[in-house]
Amino acid sequence: MKRVGKQMCLLFFSFTLTLVLGGCLGEKEEGKESSIVVGISQDLDSLDPHKSVAAGTKEVLFNMYEGLVKPDHLGNFIDAVAKSHTIKNGGKTYVFTLRQGVKFHNGEEVTAKDVKYSIERCAGITEGKTPLIAAFSNVKSVEIVDDTIIKIHLKQADIEFLAYLTVAIVPEGTNDFEKYPIGTGPFRYESRAPQEYITFKKFDDYWDKDNQAHLEEVTFKVVTNSSALVNGLKGGSIQMATRMTTNETAQLKNDPFTIYQGGSNLVQALYLNHAAKPFHDIRVRQALCYAVNRQEIVDLIADGKGTIVGSSMFPAFKKYYIQELANYYTEDIQKAKQLLKEAGYPNGFEMTITVPANYQKHIDAAQVLIEQLKRIGITAKIELIEWDAWLSDVYANRNYQSTVVGVDAAYLSARAMLERFTSDYSRNFINYWNPKYDKLYQKVRESTKEEEQIKLYKKMETMLTEDAANVYIQDMNSEVALHKDYAGYEFYPLYVQDMAKIYKVKQE
Amino acid sequence: MRQKQKNQLVIGMGIALFLFLLFLLSIFYTPFDPDMMNAKEKLVAPSFQHIFGTDQFGRDICSRVLKGLGTTFIIALSTVSIGAIVGVVLGAVTGYFGGWMDEICMRINDVIIAFPNILLVLIFISVLGVGQNNMILALSIVFIPSFSRMTRSEFLTHRDMDYVKSARLMGVSHFRILFVHILPNTVPTILSMLAIGFNNAILAEAGMSYLGLGVQPPTPSLGRMLAESQIYLATAPWIAIFPGMAIVLLALSFSMISEGLSKGGRS
Amino acid sequence: MKYGLKKLVALIITVFVVSFLSFLAFSVISGDAAQSKLGTEATKEQVEALREEMGLDEPVFTRYGTWICNILKGDFGISYRYNIPVKDMIKDRIPIMIALVGMSFLFVVTISIPVGIFCASYKSSWLDQGICIVNQIMMAVPSFFIGMILTFIFGLILRWFTPGAYVAISRDPIGFFLYLIPPSIAMAIPKTAMAIKILRSAILSQMDMDYVRTAYSRGNTKYQVLYHHVLRNALMPTITFGAMVLIDLVANSVIMEQVFSIPGLGNLLITSISSRDYPVVQFIIIFIATFVIITNFLVDFLYGKIDPRVRVKK
Repeated sequence: MKRVGKQMCLLFFSFTLTLVLGGCLGEKEEGKESSIVVGISQDLDSLDPHKSVAAGTKEVLFNMYEGLVKPDHLGNFIDAVAKSHTIKNGGKTYVFTLRQGVKFHNGEEVTAKDVKYSIERCAGITEGKTPLIAAFSNVKSVEIVDDTIIKIHLKQADIEFLAYLTVAIVPEGTNDFEKYPIGTGPFRYESRAPQEYITFKKFDDYWDKDNQAHLEEVTFKVVTNSSALVNGLKGGSIQMATRMTTNETAQLKNDPFTIYQGGSNLVQALYLNHAAKPFHDIRVRQALCYAVNRQEIVDLIADGKGTIVGSSMFPAFKKYYIQELANYYTEDIQKAKQLLKEAGYPNGFEMTITVPANYQKHIDAAQVLIEQLKRIGITAKIELIEWDAWLSDVYANRNYQSTVVGVDAAYLSARAMLERFTSDYSRNFINYWNPKYDKLYQKVRESTKEEEQIKLYKKMETMLTEDAANVYIQDMNSEVALHKDYAGYEFYPLYVQDMAKIYKVKQE
Repeated sequence: MRQKQKNQLVIGMGIALFLFLLFLLSIFYTPFDPDMMNAKEKLVAPSFQHIFGTDQFGRDICSRVLKGLGTTFIIALSTVSIGAIVGVVLGAVTGYFGGWMDEICMRINDVIIAFPNILLVLIFISVLGVGQNNMILALSIVFIPSFSRMTRSEFLTHRDMDYVKSARLMGVSHFRILFVHILPNTVPTILSMLAIGFNNAILAEAGMSYLGLGVQPPTPSLGRMLAESQIYLATAPWIAIFPGMAIVLLALSFSMISEGLSKGGRS
Repeated sequence: MKYGLKKLVALIITVFVVSFLSFLAFSVISGDAAQSKLGTEATKEQVEALREEMGLDEPVFTRYGTWICNILKGDFGISYRYNIPVKDMIKDRIPIMIALVGMSFLFVVTISIPVGIFCASYKSSWLDQGICIVNQIMMAVPSFFIGMILTFIFGLILRWFTPGAYVAISRDPIGFFLYLIPPSIAMAIPKTAMAIKILRSAILSQMDMDYVRTAYSRGNTKYQVLYHHVLRNALMPTITFGAMVLIDLVANSVIMEQVFSIPGLGNLLITSISSRDYPVVQFIIIFIATFVIITNFLVDFLYGKIDPRVRVKK
C-alpha cells in the first residue's frame, strides 16, 4: 500500500509544480497603442490647480491646465489662452487679448468670463476671502473690455506678475475639481484611483495644432517606494520615471532605458524651524552649516552628481543665482564646535529630522547629515512620515524641528523661491523672521526695473545664507528614465513634466 | 522523541547563545563603525575587509547586522518581559481567584488571541503612532493574553491541589501561595511560552520595521535593512541576504528552544 | 440549533464590542476631525460649523450609533484625505486581497495535506526527518524575506516572472493571477511547514489510539486504517488550524503587498495609517476584524456540527 501514498504525493507535487512553472512562463506584453505609464512618488494632493501646493502635483497638472501664458522649456513665457499680452503703467495693468477658439476639455470655448473668474478665484475675490495664491492678493480688479480683451489691474505695480499668470484658466463656476477637473491643456482628465493612479487622455481639440500631444493616453502611477519603482520599470509596468537617484538608475543599466540627466530645479536643504529651540539662535544654525560637508552628501547619495547650493536659489534661474554662496560655509568642525559653545551647547543637543517617507533621496540625505552632525556632538534622529502628514504637520502647521526636503519654484520667478521667507508669508514654514529681509522684499515689490529687482533678490539670497536660515545642500541631479520605445523628453527650468512632447518610437 | 527534543533544545540554545555573545561583543566591538559612511566603498561585494560587503552608503554590513541583532534582541527582550510579567500576574490572579474578573479577562483574551500578532500591532500602531517605543508597547500588549491564558490554566489546576489546600489551612497568605508556592511549579510552561514569545517578537519586529512602522533609520534594524536593500536586490544581493539570515537564525533558535521545552507536541 | 443561536448572539456582541472599542480609540486619537479637514487657516467659526455638520458635538455613544447605522446602510464614511467615500476606495482592493489570500490558502492545503500524510505514514524515514528539518527552518523565515528571495531567484536570475509587473484584474485577468503566484507562494511556505507539522502529529497521536489498534486487529491494512479511520479524526484539529492559517494569511498579505508592490487592501491600510486617514483605517480594521470573528465563529459552529461532544462541553 506504500505505493498508493507515494503516487498520491507525486501527483500533488507535480500538480503544484506545473501550476508554478506554467504560471511563470506565460507573461505577455500588452500592446496598447501609444500609451505610457509614468511613476510618480506621491499621490496628488488636489486636482484643484489653485489649491494644490505640492510640486509633485503641479508637475502632473501642468499637462492638463494652462494659463493665459505658459512657460516653455527655455524659461520664456509663451502665450497660451491669450493670443498676446502687454504690460502697461509700469506693471500696474496687464492687458491680454484672448486667443479665439481655445476650448476647454468639456468642449466649450474659453470666454473672457472664464478668465475673469479664474483670476478672481485665485485672488479671493469670488470665492472665500483669502487669496488662494498669495501673489494674487495684489490683484485689484479684473476688467472685461470686450469679448476678447481683458485687463488685470493691480494694486501695486509688479513687473513679475506675468510669471503668475501661468495659473490655470478654468471654466466659470467650476466647483467640483476633484471629480471633474477641466482645463485647456493638451491632455484631459480621464480617471483616478486614490493612491493608485491618475489617467489623462489626449485632448483632440487642443488649440495649438502644432504642439498636440503625441500619446493617446498617459497614466501617472503612484509608487511610493523606490524599490517598487525600480521593479516596475524593470518589469515593464512603468515606462518612465523622473527625479530618480543615481543609485536607482544604476539598477536599470541592463534594461532598455534612456537615462536623461538634468537638474531637479529645487533646493534640497535641512530646513530648520526657527521657532523651535535651539534653531532660534543663529550661532546654532551656523554651527550646523559649518558641520556639514555638502560634497560628501552629494557623493554618498548621488555619486557626486548634483550642484551644491548655498541659498534658496538653483542654477537654472541663471539671472538670480549666485555661485559664490555655495562656498560660504565650508566644513569646519572647530568653528562649528566653537559656535555651539558660544550658544550654550558645548556638548551638542538632540534634534529630530522629519522626512517624508516617500522621498528616498531626502531620507538618504538625512542619514548622511546625522553622521556629519555627530562630529560636533549633535545627536539627530529621523522621523519618517507620510507625505500628507508632512504637508499638514510640517508645511501647514509648522509643528516640527527640522526637515529635509526639496523646495521648488512654482513660477518662473525668483519671488517663488524667496517670498516664502518673508515673516508674514502664510507658507513661511521655517518661521524665518528678519525685518531687513522683509524690507528688501518690499523694495522688490516697489521696484519696476528688472535689473534693480535682480540686485535686490541677490541681496535677499545672500541674507539667507548669512543668517544660516537653513542648511542648504544641493540642487539635486534628476535622472529621468524613459523606455527606449519612447523619446522626446525635455527638461524645464521648472518642476514640471511635459508629457505632450513624449512620442513613441517606431520599432522594426 | 525525547532524545530528538533534547537535541533541538541543545542546538537552539547553542545558536541563541552564539547570537547573544555576538550581541554582547557588538556593544564593545564591531569591525567598523556601523554608521560610518564611505563614498568610496559603496555597494562593495563581500571581501576580506568587509566580510558581508557594504551598503549604498558604504557602511559595513557585518557591523550593521551585529548592531541590528542587538536592536532586535533588546526589543524582543523588553516586549516579552513586559508581556510575560503582566500576563503571568494577570493569569495567576484570575486563575487562582476566579470570579467575574476572571470571566471578563478570559473573554477579552479569547478575542485578542483570535487576531494575528501583526494585525494587532498594526492596530495599536495606528492608534499610538509610528516609532520604536510605540512598537514595543504595542507588541507587549499583544503578548499579554497568550501568557495570561497559559498561566491561568496552570494556576487553575494547581489551585485545587493538595499542597495548596494545606498551605491555605496553615494560614499562608494568598500572595505567598501565588508567587512562592505555585509559581515555581509553572516555570516549565512559562519558559516554553517565553521561547515562543521571543520567536514571535523577532518576526513581528522585523515585519513592522520592514513596513517602516517600527525602528526608524538610521538605527540599524534587521527588518529595516531588508526593506532598504530591496532595490539593490539585482546588483547587490548581499545587502539583503545577511540581515535576512540573521533574522532566520534568531527566530529559528527560539523556535527550537520552545520545541525542546514543550511537553510533547504543541497544539 | 440552540447551540448555534447562542454562538451567533456571542458573535454579534463581539463584533459590536470590537467596533465600539476601535471607534472609541479612533475618535480619541484623531483629535478634531473638523480641524484636520479644514487645515490651519480655517477660522474658529468655520471649524465650529463643520463640527456641527459632521455631528462631532454629539456624545460619543450617539456618534457611534449613527456611524454603525451608516455602516449597516452601506455608507462607510468619507476619507479625510481624498474626500471621497471610503467605499469607493476599498471596493477595488478587497478582491485583490481575497485573490492573494485565497491562492495562498490553496497552496497551503494542496501541499500540506499530502505531505503531512506522507510524513506520518513514513514516520522516521529519512525523507520524513528531512522534511521535519526543512519545516523547522521554514517556520522561522519571515514571509517577506521569502518573498524577496523568490524575487531574487525566480524574478531576477531565472526571469520566470517580472517583479513589478502587476496588472489590474480588469485589464488582464490572467496576468493578474500569474503575478499573484510568487507572493502567494511566499506567504504559503511558512504556513505550509506549520500545517505539515500539525497534521503529522495529529495523525501520529491518533495512531496510538485504541480504536486504531482494534482496527488493525480486525485485519485492516495500514492503508485502510489510515484513510478510513485515522484521517477523519486527525482532520478535526486541522480545521481549527486551517482557520488560523486563513486569518494569518490575511495579516501577512499586508506585508506581502509591500514586497511585491500590489495595490491591495493592506497597502491602503499602511498608507492610511501613516497619513492618518482615520475613516479608512477604521473601516479596514473593522472589516478584517469582522472577517476574523466570523471565521472563528464558523469553525466553532462546524465543530459543534461534526462533533456533538463540543456542544455539551461548552
